[in-house]
Amino acid sequence: MADITAASIHAAKAKSRSTAERHEARNALILSAPALILLLLFIVLPVAGVVFLSFTDFELGYSGFKFVGMDNYTELLTDRTFRQSLWNTTVYTAIVAPVSIFMALGFAMLIEAEGIGRSFFRTAYFLPVASLLVAMATVWQYLFHPTIGPVNQFLALLGLPGPNWLGSAGTVLYSLSIIGVWQSVGFNLVLFLAGLTAIPRELYSAAEVDGAKSAFDRFRLVTWPMLGPTTLFVTTISIINAVKVFETVKTLTEGGPNKSSEVLLFTIYQEGFVYLRVGYASALTVVFLAILVVLTFIQYRVQDKQVHYA
Amino acid sequence: MSALSLRNIEKSFGANQILKGISLDAAPGEFIALVGPSGCGKSTLLRILAGLESADAGEIVVGDTVITDMQPADRNVAMVFQSYALYPHLTASENIAVPLAMRRLSTLQRLPLVGPLMPGQRKAVSEIGRDVREMAAALKIDHLLDRKPGQMSGGQRQRVALARAMVRRPAVFLMDEPLSNLDANLRVHARGEIVELHRRAGVPTVYVTHDQAEALSMADRVAVMIGGEMLQLAAPQVIYDDPAHVEVAKFVGQPRINILNSHVMSGGIVAFAGAICELKDKNITSGSPVTIGFRPEFVKVIAGDEAGESGLRGRVERVEFLGSEIIAYCRLDAIGATVVAKLTPAEGGKLSSSTPVRLDVAADHLFVFGADGRRLAADPILQTNTAELAHG
Amino acid sequence: MTSTTLNSAVPAKPVKRRSAANSFTTGRIIRLAILIIGAIFFLAPYIFMLSTAGKGQSEIFTSSLSLIPQHFAYIENFAKAFTRVSMGGLLLNGVIVCGLILVFQVVVAIPCAYAMAKLSFGAARLMMALIMLGLLVPIHATALPLYVAFDKLSVLNSYVSLVAPFTISVFGIFLFLQFFRALPNDLIHAARLDGMSEIGVIVRVIVPNAWPAVTAFAIFSVVAHWNDLYWPLIVVTNQAYATPPLGLLFFRAAEAGDDYGALMAATFIITLPLVAAFLLAQKRFVEGITMTGLKG
Ligand SMILES: Nc1ncnc2c1ncn2[C@@H]1O[C@H](COP(=O)(O)OP(=O)(O)O)[C@@H](O)[C@H]1O
Ligand SMILES: [Mg+2]
Repeated sequence: MADITAASIHAAKAKSRSTAERHEARNALILSAPALILLLLFIVLPVAGVVFLSFTDFELGYSGFKFVGMDNYTELLTDRTFRQSLWNTTVYTAIVAPVSIFMALGFAMLIEAEGIGRSFFRTAYFLPVASLLVAMATVWQYLFHPTIGPVNQFLALLGLPGPNWLGSAGTVLYSLSIIGVWQSVGFNLVLFLAGLTAIPRELYSAAEVDGAKSAFDRFRLVTWPMLGPTTLFVTTISIINAVKVFETVKTLTEGGPNKSSEVLLFTIYQEGFVYLRVGYASALTVVFLAILVVLTFIQYRVQDKQVHYA
Repeated sequence: MSALSLRNIEKSFGANQILKGISLDAAPGEFIALVGPSGCGKSTLLRILAGLESADAGEIVVGDTVITDMQPADRNVAMVFQSYALYPHLTASENIAVPLAMRRLSTLQRLPLVGPLMPGQRKAVSEIGRDVREMAAALKIDHLLDRKPGQMSGGQRQRVALARAMVRRPAVFLMDEPLSNLDANLRVHARGEIVELHRRAGVPTVYVTHDQAEALSMADRVAVMIGGEMLQLAAPQVIYDDPAHVEVAKFVGQPRINILNSHVMSGGIVAFAGAICELKDKNITSGSPVTIGFRPEFVKVIAGDEAGESGLRGRVERVEFLGSEIIAYCRLDAIGATVVAKLTPAEGGKLSSSTPVRLDVAADHLFVFGADGRRLAADPILQTNTAELAHG
Repeated sequence: MTSTTLNSAVPAKPVKRRSAANSFTTGRIIRLAILIIGAIFFLAPYIFMLSTAGKGQSEIFTSSLSLIPQHFAYIENFAKAFTRVSMGGLLLNGVIVCGLILVFQVVVAIPCAYAMAKLSFGAARLMMALIMLGLLVPIHATALPLYVAFDKLSVLNSYVSLVAPFTISVFGIFLFLQFFRALPNDLIHAARLDGMSEIGVIVRVIVPNAWPAVTAFAIFSVVAHWNDLYWPLIVVTNQAYATPPLGLLFFRAAEAGDDYGALMAATFIITLPLVAAFLLAQKRFVEGITMTGLKG
C-alpha cells in the first residue's frame, strides 16, 4: 500500500518535472530561434554554398553552370596571380603580426612603468584603431607621396633619397606593412595593458626577493608567463587580421604595381566581384577559410596547454 | 650582538607618515612577532626590510653588514607573502627552485635551450633539484612537487611558499601574515609548525600579524606597532602583564582590558574598587587625569550587596557562557561604566542578568597610564577598607 | 647581548634619501623619449591631415613639411569636400547602417545567449557548435553566395543588403553568453517567482545587469561596421547608399588629380565622428576592447 503511494507520488513528481523541463526547453527554443535561423541563413548556408560553388564554373551573368570537379583547385596551383597573392599575404603577415605584437608589448610595458602621461600615450597609440582606415590610408598615401610627401621631404632634408613608397614594386608591401602596424598596435597595446595591470604586484616582490635582479629576469619569471593568455589571444587576432588585409590595398594600390601588392582578399574580390568568376573565386575563398581554420585550431591547441593558471 | 637591527626607520607616502622612526634588534635565532592593527604599517616595514621599498631615513643592519641601500636580491633575506605569491605557471618544485636558480646559475645558464650547453649548468641544476627535494621532504610536501599552485589547497600553497623562502637558508626570514588566508583550524595547527620549523632553522625571523593571540603564542618577543610607532618590544608575558602603553594593553588580551578614566588624588594616589596604588613619580600633581586599566581575569565579582563589604556596587548586565570560563558584564552604579570580568564557572555560575554584585580589583594588577598613554610606574598599597575613596 | 630596550642604544642619524618616484634617471629619460617618439609616429598622420586640409594646392606642392598653412584654405577645401560628395548623406548612411546592424544584433543575440546560458534545451549543443564555427567565418568567406543570392533577389544597392548579413553576430552571442553565465541563477529564480515571463526576465533583469557587456559589444560592433569597406563595396554601386569608407573611395575616384587639400578635408570629416566618440568615451572604448578581447 505504502509502496504504491510512494511510487505514484514519485511518478507524479517526475511527470511534473518533465513538463517543467519541456516548458523550459520550448521557451529556450523560441528565444534562440531567430539567432538559429539567421545563423543558418547567413553563415552555414553561405559557407556550404561557397564550397559547393568552388566545384562549379559558375559565372555571374551567365545563367547555367556545370560541375567541374577539382578544376578550380588545379587552376589555383598554376595561377601565378594566386601564388603571388598568397606569398604577398604571407610576407605582409610575417611583418605586421610580430612587429605589432612586440611593439605593443614594449610600449605597454613602458607605459605601465612610466608614471606620467599614461592616458595621453594610450590615447595616442589607440587613435588609429578608432579611425576609419580607408580615410587614414588616404593620409598615408599623401605622407608616402614620392615627391610632395612629407616622409620623402624629410628624408631629403637629411640628404637621403626617398623611395617611391607605394609606387614601386620593391617597397609597396613594406609601406603597406607600416600602415598595417600603425593601425593595429593600439588594439594590442590596450589588451597588453589590461594584462599587465592584472598581474599581482606581490609576484614582482617575490621575484625580487627570490633574486631576480635585472628587469630582464623579472620579465622572464613573471611578466611573460603571466601574459601568456593575453599574448596568445593577441597573436591569433593579429595574424588573422593581417591575413584579412584588404582596405589599404584596395584604396591605395589595387594590387599594383604589377601585382606586387596583390593579397588574398583582394584577389578574391577581383575574381569574384570584378571578373565575376564566382566558381573560381569560391575556390580561393575555400583556401582562405582553410587558413583561418588552421590558425584557430592552432590557437585552441596552444590554449589547452596553458590551463592550470591560478 | 644582534643578528638584525633596524634603526629609526621612517617612511612616508605623500604627506602620510606611515613609519615614525622604528627601531628593533633581533638576537640570532630569535622569533619576533610584529603585531598591530591593520594599516599600521607592518607590511611597509617588512617590505623596507626586504628592500622592496626604500626607507626615507634610518638604517638596516644584518649581522655586521649595512644593507639599507642594497637590492632585495643581494640582501639574503627571504620572505613569505600574505598571498604566498607563488608563480602560477610553475610547479611546486620549480617554484621552490627559483631562488636557488637565481643565485647559483648565471643568466646564460638559466636560458632555455642555450642554458644546458653552458659549462657546469648540469651539475648545478642537479644540486638544485637535490636541495629542493630535501626541503620538500622536511616540509612533507614531496607529493605536491609536480603540481601547480592552482591545483593546491590553501594550506599546501602556504607550505610551498615556506619551502621557497627557506630553501636558500637566508640570513633573515620575513613573514607577512602567512596564516591569514587559512581557515581557523588549519591556522592554529600551522602556528605550531612554523615555530617548529623556525627552531630547526635557527634563522632570525620577523613575523607580521594582526592577530595578537598568534603573536603571543608564537614569538620569543612581540613588537606592538600602532599608528606607525613601536610602542613596546618585549616577551609575550611582559607585553601582557606589564604593558608599556595603554594602546598595547588595549590591543593585547581577549576579552579586552577594562579601561576607565580617573585622576590622581593627593599624595600621588590612584585608586579603584578597593585597589590603591601610589605613583612613583611624585611630580604628578593631584587632579591630573589618568587612565586606569585592569584585565578581566583580575576582577573579583561577589554576588549580593550587603552593606559594609569592600568593593564597588554594581549590577550584572549580561553573562556569556564560554564553557571553561564565564564573561560577566557588570554595570557600576556609581560611575556608570561597564566592567568586564572573566570568571571560572564556579565563581560565576550563580550570576545572571541584573544580579546585584560587588566588584573588587587586585591592586597589584592595576595599570595606570598617563595622559599621553604611557604607563606610569606605581606601587600597590596594601588593601584596606577604602572602597569609598574611589567614588571621589 | 640581547637588547631588550625599546629604542636601540645608539640611535642612528636619520639619513634623508631622495625619493625615487619624482627623479629623472637616465632610464626614465630613455623610456620617455621612446614613448614620445612612438606617439609622434602614431599621431603624425593626424597632424598632417589637419595641416594639409588647410593648405592651398600650390602650398601643398611646395612646402609640405611646414605644419601651419601660410594661407588658410580650410574653407575652400571643406567646401570642395562637401560639394563634390554628399558628406551628410554618407555620414547619415553610416549611422543608419551601423544603428540598424547594432539593434538587430543585440535583439537577436541577447535572447539566444540567455537561453544558452540559463535554460537547458536539446539544441544548445548544436548552437554552441555553430557559434564556434561562426566565430571563424568572416564576411569575406560568405560574401560570394550572399552576393549571388542578393543579386537574384534584386536587393543590391539597398539598406537591406548592407544590413542583412550582419543581423546575426556570433561574436555577440558568445560575449553575452560568457557574461550571462556569470550572473547568479538565483537572480533569475527570484524574477520568475515575482511572476515575470522569460522575456520579462531578459528585459528587466538580464539586460540591466549585462549593461557593461552591451556597451562593450556596441562599441565593438559600431567600430567594425563603420570601418568596413569590403561588403559595401560589393553590394553598393549607387552613391545614395554609400557608407563613409565607400563614399571616400568614390570621392577619391572623382578627384582623380592630386587635390590633397580637399581630400584631407574629406578624410577629416569622415574620420571625425568615430574619433570624437572615442575621445569622449575613451574609458568605455578601452573597457570595451579589453572585455571583448579577453572574453572573445
Ligand atoms: N605604495 C603605497 N602608497 C601609498 N600608501 C601606501 C602604500 N603602501 C601602503 N600604504 C599605506 O600605508 C599604510 C600602512 O600600510 P601597510 O604597511 O600595508 O599596513 P599593514 O600591513 O600594517 O596592514 C596604509 O594606510 C596604506 O594605505
Ligand atoms: Mg599588511
